[in-house]
Amino acid sequence: MITAGIDMGAKNLKVVILRDGQVIASSLIRVGFDTQEALDEGLQHALAEVGLSKGDIQRVVATGAGRNSVPGADDAVTEVRADSAGITHISPTIRTVIDVGAEEGRAVRCNAQGKVVDFAINEKCAAGAGAFTEAMARALEVPLEELGALSLKSQQTVPMNAQCAVFAESEVVSLIHARTSKEDIARAVHDAIASRITSMARRVGVEKDVALVGGVARNKGFVDSLRRDLDMDILVPPDPEFVGALGAALIAAQGA
Amino acid sequence: MAETTDVMRWQTKPLECWRLAKEIREQYYRNYAQAREKGGLRWVGGAWSFGAIPCGLGDDVYGLTSEPYGATIAFNKDLALECQEAAEKYGFARDLCSYMRNYWGSVLLNKYAWGGPFPKPDFVWQDHICCSHAKWYQVVSELEGGIPYFCIDVAVGPYHERTDSRVEYMVGQMHDGIQWLEKITGRRYDDEKLIEAVKNEIRCTSLWAEICTLNKAVPAPLDEKSMYSLYVHLVLNRYTPEVVSFYQTLRDEVKDRVANQIAACPTERCRLMTDTQPPWAFLKIFRYMESYGAVSIGSLYTYGLMGIYDDQPDGSWGAKVTPMERGVAIKTRDQALRAYAEWTLAKPLWQHFYNPALKSRMMARLAREWQVNGVLLHYNRGCEGLSIGIAENRLALLKEGFPVMPFEGNMGDEREFDDTRVMSRIDTFMETLGLRKLY
Ligand code: SF4
Repeated sequence: MITAGIDMGAKNLKVVILRDGQVIASSLIRVGFDTQEALDEGLQHALAEVGLSKGDIQRVVATGAGRNSVPGADDAVTEVRADSAGITHISPTIRTVIDVGAEEGRAVRCNAQGKVVDFAINEKCAAGAGAFTEAMARALEVPLEELGALSLKSQQTVPMNAQCAVFAESEVVSLIHARTSKEDIARAVHDAIASRITSMARRVGVEKDVALVGGVARNKGFVDSLRRDLDMDILVPPDPEFVGALGAALIAAQGA
Repeated sequence: MAETTDVMRWQTKPLECWRLAKEIREQYYRNYAQAREKGGLRWVGGAWSFGAIPCGLGDDVYGLTSEPYGATIAFNKDLALECQEAAEKYGFARDLCSYMRNYWGSVLLNKYAWGGPFPKPDFVWQDHICCSHAKWYQVVSELEGGIPYFCIDVAVGPYHERTDSRVEYMVGQMHDGIQWLEKITGRRYDDEKLIEAVKNEIRCTSLWAEICTLNKAVPAPLDEKSMYSLYVHLVLNRYTPEVVSFYQTLRDEVKDRVANQIAACPTERCRLMTDTQPPWAFLKIFRYMESYGAVSIGSLYTYGLMGIYDDQPDGSWGAKVTPMERGVAIKTRDQALRAYAEWTLAKPLWQHFYNPALKSRMMARLAREWQVNGVLLHYNRGCEGLSIGIAENRLALLKEGFPVMPFEGNMGDEREFDDTRVMSRIDTFMETLGLRKLY
């Protein structure tokens, strides 16, 4: 059986194609103004990898912020359920999954069957989500991809108090004027997000094993801060941004 | 046979007294606005103020309670924004009680939510338990050109710890208040009218508890969104015979619905409860949940803002036996004030001001006895008073095994409510409760 999981996120669209429960293709496309175009392109990309066409897909399940605007999907599930299904497939011992994407951070506690026990999602504020790191990278004038590696070179902890991206940016500017090194500021940024994410995760009760998924999991500096803050090891799967799409594809395969 | 189609599981029909409820409410606001034309007096004060006491000044004395007035404004998004901006322009901070800001804005704009200029009150009759209470009307008194202002401090501790001296402290202030009312209005005070008004208020708040207790039935005869329009008379003019009669009619109708399994929500499969005032401009969330078969059967807020409860002989929670039913004599001013103070101190929503654990216990009890499957907690940034300790309540409910979904918002300021995010969060919560959209 061939199924597809489509994660229509705030910034990127992720597609995972499964054949009999095994991943055979995936793709990631930036979502612009035209979501339909991104969807066609994303599916096309993934299908072309394995020489399939749309007609070969038997079931499609959508997830992500734009899940209800995926035409042709057989079903839509929330990110929380998709993350839970995806991560317990990758590592059945995971009980807490933390997902940090562009606009949202969420923590999900699940049981051995991948069923959601409790969840928490950050509120309106972008602090604690990927958009925050982007804004901070801009303020530091470093490419986003380099922010993680930069922070790992930090020599000291610098506290950052601001709760919101707007105030944090002015705090970063003050730190720059105080001649704080970029490395230390980068770490301060990651520590600040990690502390927001940790307090959100603690609201659902952090139960081992813990996994981090979503695009921000690629940021090594943030992973390091979160490990320190939670004071425990965290599993980062090889393709952390695809876990939601994988979960959706698995749910499609179950016919749920 | 109550079950119907797959989606519509239960029979339903509109409430017969709905129209009457609407008429009484509209009349209340009209009465206040037109009081002067009839040679009467107007007072303003909080919904919890001892509204039966000014009744002793005569039948032509009309009140305007501020929280429901603030909620009326909140329901009208455009007016609410106008009021909030007026309050902010005046210099009031945005994180203050949003009902209070709506009310102040309405006074500053000189715009009555029911049309025309804001009718100027003759005096303020207030009580104080939340930090905003006394300050609210200090400002109103100033904005209205220094109208006389009396405030009764009711923060004497939780009901189970009450002592004679604590009750006496309240009764003493009430006696002083009556003398003050006579002085500022130049009217002679009529104790008979006071006694009748106090008895009416006790009857109404007991009847409401009885009505809420009937909602333990499956399917629930009332849904919370509708209850908002039904409880409102308790925070407007609960001391009048019309309102007693309304709640008797409603109680009888709800009893009939229970006997015939008439549901408020025909899709009921899952029973939820909420907490604190809802985001008034977004009541559509309740109808949205019904598309999943989830009905909010009420909350400690809807039930206990005014309803008075007690342990029943079978150990369950239900309406408190009134002093009249217990044969307590209420024949003099002092007896009436004493009964009034005692009765009011039992208000469920006064208890958590002293300790969130008291509220957690009541919430868990409500969830168990009303057979609730999940809880939505509104972390209401607009009301510090009712949100105190809500995160503690969440933990306590989780410990009791109830799934809980918190969401942030503001009862009166829609700028602090993220519509799309909350709907999406509800989708997630419904999914975790094993529910799928029915339509
Ligand atoms: S904050 Fe809440 S309890 Fe306090 S006055 Fe405002 S509405 Fe009432």
